[in-house]
Amino acid sequence: MTSLPQETERKLGLVIDLDSCVGCQACVTSCKEWNTGGHMAPLTDVKPYGGGVDGVWFNRVHTYEHVGGERADNGGSRTVHFPRSCLHCENAACVTVCPTGASYKRSSDGIVLVDEDRCIGCELCSWACPYGAREFDTQVGVMKKCTLCIDRIYNDNLDEADRVPACVAACPTSARHFGDLGDPASPVSQLVAERDGVDLMPEMGYRPTNKYLPPRARNVEAEMPMLEPVAASGFLGWVDKVLSR
Amino acid sequence: MHPALSVIFFTTATGAGYGLLALLGVATAFGAIAPERGLGFVGLGLALALITAGLLSSTLHLGHPERAWRALSQWRSSWLSREGVMSVLTYIPAAIFGIGWVFLGRIDGFVAAAGVAAALGAAVTVFTTGMIYASLKPIAQWHSRFTVPGYLIFALMTGAVLLNALLRLFGEAAQAAGIVAALAIAVGWGWKIATWRYNDALSSETTLNSATGLSGGEIRSIEWPHTEENYVLKEMGYRIARKHAAKLRLFVHIFAFALPIVATLIALATGGVIGTFAAIVAVLAQAPGMLIERWLFFAEAKHAVTLYYGR
Repeated sequence: MTSLPQETERKLGLVIDLDSCVGCQACVTSCKEWNTGGHMAPLTDVKPYGGGVDGVWFNRVHTYEHVGGERADNGGSRTVHFPRSCLHCENAACVTVCPTGASYKRSSDGIVLVDEDRCIGCELCSWACPYGAREFDTQVGVMKKCTLCIDRIYNDNLDEADRVPACVAACPTSARHFGDLGDPASPVSQLVAERDGVDLMPEMGYRPTNKYLPPRARNVEAEMPMLEPVAASGFLGWVDKVLSR
Repeated sequence: MHPALSVIFFTTATGAGYGLLALLGVATAFGAIAPERGLGFVGLGLALALITAGLLSSTLHLGHPERAWRALSQWRSSWLSREGVMSVLTYIPAAIFGIGWVFLGRIDGFVAAAGVAAALGAAVTVFTTGMIYASLKPIAQWHSRFTVPGYLIFALMTGAVLLNALLRLFGEAAQAAGIVAALAIAVGWGWKIATWRYNDALSSETTLNSATGLSGGEIRSIEWPHTEENYVLKEMGYRIARKHAAKLRLFVHIFAFALPIVATLIALATGGVIGTFAAIVAVLAQAPGMLIERWLFFAEAKHAVTLYYGR
């Protein structure tokens, strides 16, 4: 059924910290590694060894230069690494446009999934997503997308600490956080509140579950102070004179 | 957006087919067309052939065409599903109308009712096609008030131009059809010009700032996540050079609108063999004109995801 649930019991999602992401691509490769054997397997690659390399990935990391933004003081610039994946929107148009019922949003945890056996590969859902989260598998003929690693987060065979999405487990700087964003008391919700987390493209009205934490403002005092002018008199003045000879 | 030939052919062919079907249905119901069996066979045959070829073409670009029947199930939420349902439903009155006209040789009573029902079905189907595009928020050029009326006007226009040529080929009175065709081309031309003006002046509220959540300043893409084009760029990142777009728009002005309206007016003024010839010229000019119009509809549409790639 491609009608969206009125309300989901939980809103599982990610919080991505743009302040600490270093663009190492560990989340990208661990996502690919896990999911090519997971729920939506395989994440097909086409010509993987050169000449028109292409393939299905659920997570892509862009790099931007942000010049003169609100949090870059003195008109300076900063490099921002930006992981982009499915945001598991509350108002997910990719689900409602699906003509077959293959796309659905779970009422239990809010995760947006594709039932591969029902997908006809019309690709309309990928057009409906402004975030480019869905990628078509040309070899299998169906649409694929992030599952929030449903085969990890509910996996009793894994240690409890490992029951998080592969991208979260792999992040070496803890820039990725997983949890219930529907619960205001959850650590992820508190993190979003504390750091003024934002929605991407809020004007589209998709109400994404995943939040992004903007880079922190730079500490002006931490910048290298200018050298004081050397005193012209006294002991330091004499030292300057001697050294200047 | 990537202009896929299957979808371009689908939308133009079904548009013309549904336009022709609707006009035949309404015209016969009101007694504007004589119940000539040959005309019924060729006219309805052409309309249904265009519709069927278009619908089959649309399934060609599917990853799993054998599952296409599943697309009829989600009409509660999906405009694509609604289009599928309406296109199948419209075959029913169209078939009754065709059988009544061609095999029973009558266009009154239940046959006329079926003709009107087929016309309504055709109009609703074209409306749902337009809504598929108009409902997509990430594509500002489609998510506008111009899209749905455009699909309806162009279906009526191409259907009327076809009907005008058909009636003249069968030696039937075609003045009314000619006037409808000329008016529809004029309205279609005006609508296309207005649509292009609107699109050219479009400024989206969605920017790379809102797309990344980084407020203020300027954001430059300095590294893509991949070195080759991926699915997202191949499907959504299609770009057409402005100078090529200008030439193609000129082609559309001439072939989709200017030549057909001149030829239709000549047909109205002259009649006879010259009139028939002019009406056929209008059809032959408009076909490539509308295919390029639809190609531009896709090629000039910019998807919001391209912002992430600094485009």
